[in-house]
Amino acid sequence: MLFSLPLGILTALILARGRFWGKSLLNGIVHLPLVMPPVVTGYILLLSFGKQGLIGKFLSDYFGLVFSFRWTGAALACGVMGFPLMVRAIKLSIDAVDRKLEAAASTLGANGFWVLATVTLPLALPGILAGMILSFAKSMGEFGATITFVSNIPGETQTLPSLIHNFLQVPNGDFGAARLTVISILISLAALMISEYLAKRIDNRIDFS
Amino acid sequence: MSLNVRLKHQLGDVLIDVDFQTSSRLTAIFGKSGSGKTSIINMIAGLVKPAKGLIVVDDRVLFDSNSGVNIPIHQRRIGYVFQDGLLFPHLNVEQNLNFGVRFNRHAKQALNANDIISLLGLQALLKRKPINLSGGEKQRVAIGRALMSNPSLLLMDEPMASLDEARKSEILPYIEKLRDVMNIPIIYVSHAKDEVMRLASDVIHIENGKVVAQGAPTLPQTFG
Repeated sequence: MLFSLPLGILTALILARGRFWGKSLLNGIVHLPLVMPPVVTGYILLLSFGKQGLIGKFLSDYFGLVFSFRWTGAALACGVMGFPLMVRAIKLSIDAVDRKLEAAASTLGANGFWVLATVTLPLALPGILAGMILSFAKSMGEFGATITFVSNIPGETQTLPSLIHNFLQVPNGDFGAARLTVISILISLAALMISEYLAKRIDNRIDFS
Repeated sequence: MSLNVRLKHQLGDVLIDVDFQTSSRLTAIFGKSGSGKTSIINMIAGLVKPAKGLIVVDDRVLFDSNSGVNIPIHQRRIGYVFQDGLLFPHLNVEQNLNFGVRFNRHAKQALNANDIISLLGLQALLKRKPINLSGGEKQRVAIGRALMSNPSLLLMDEPMASLDEARKSEILPYIEKLRDVMNIPIIYVSHAKDEVMRLASDVIHIENGKVVAQGAPTLPQTFG
């Protein structure tokens, strides 16, 4: 999630502010993982980032970075699945920033980078945090793409839902599944409460007028 | 100081086609709403790029469509006080005032921060957030913020349009002081004849995108 944040902000900026040919295509590609069956996303990842895949082969040959059937692959799958949610939240909050405030900043001498760093992004912060939390929550629950891409290897690529699934496949696994279910509820609840708390604190600090 | 402006730009139904010079301390651009006044100063500030024209402040060419000069907004050093203030809501008054300082350190500072703060009576407001300011206070902060960026020209777009009569009479003396004390020429956009009569020494009367008269506010022909 931390790796996808800068990319998410960049994509959101491009989608919110850019005006170019193929923008709706980019928008569509970014949102694909949201509407496609997760198994399909996982399969595409396997094809492209797997050991024989185009990108996967390149990365493992030149950087020694292997995704398939490793925890890095699980992280990649979760990042891809959470990406549209993150981009959506950030894009909406950038859309809500008054462009006249940005104009005011540039009359005061700020160039494009400084306008972004001192006006646009601080004002969009609630959306950025919301996007991070949402994509984190999505990663927690990610099942379909992960299991297709990197399988379900204990201690390596196992996510909470896939472990619950395991427990349910064996006799007398009910107790283990229930325990994990409680943990999963607690983590999700905590994530939501933290995001609410952050949003409230930022509201107080910013005092939107 | 001198300002030399020649602009041609189609904006909706209005063709803006103006050519004027001015060198007074406070020049008013006067006219009905929709006559193109704000668009003219937006082009001077660089917020709108004119189709054709020339903008020169003192000897600095900011825009010239013939030679392709178009200095970007943040390098023009033109202060702008917007109609609705546009203070940064996430910063307090002091941070708003200081926003432009870091970008303009290289320029010779004509005014110091304390002078600006005391001239505009902002001492008591420094730690407040924009949401906790009255309309008049917001505009004073907006003026201070523009001055702190050390501009060579100050544009004011109907800074009192959103204020009631009491607030207007509260802020008018500040603008008069500014005009008389500071060494920064002001272009003041307004549709209110009484404000213009009181503040300006030179009035440019705009109608439907064209200059119909220019002169001292005391001359009857200035206001047509």
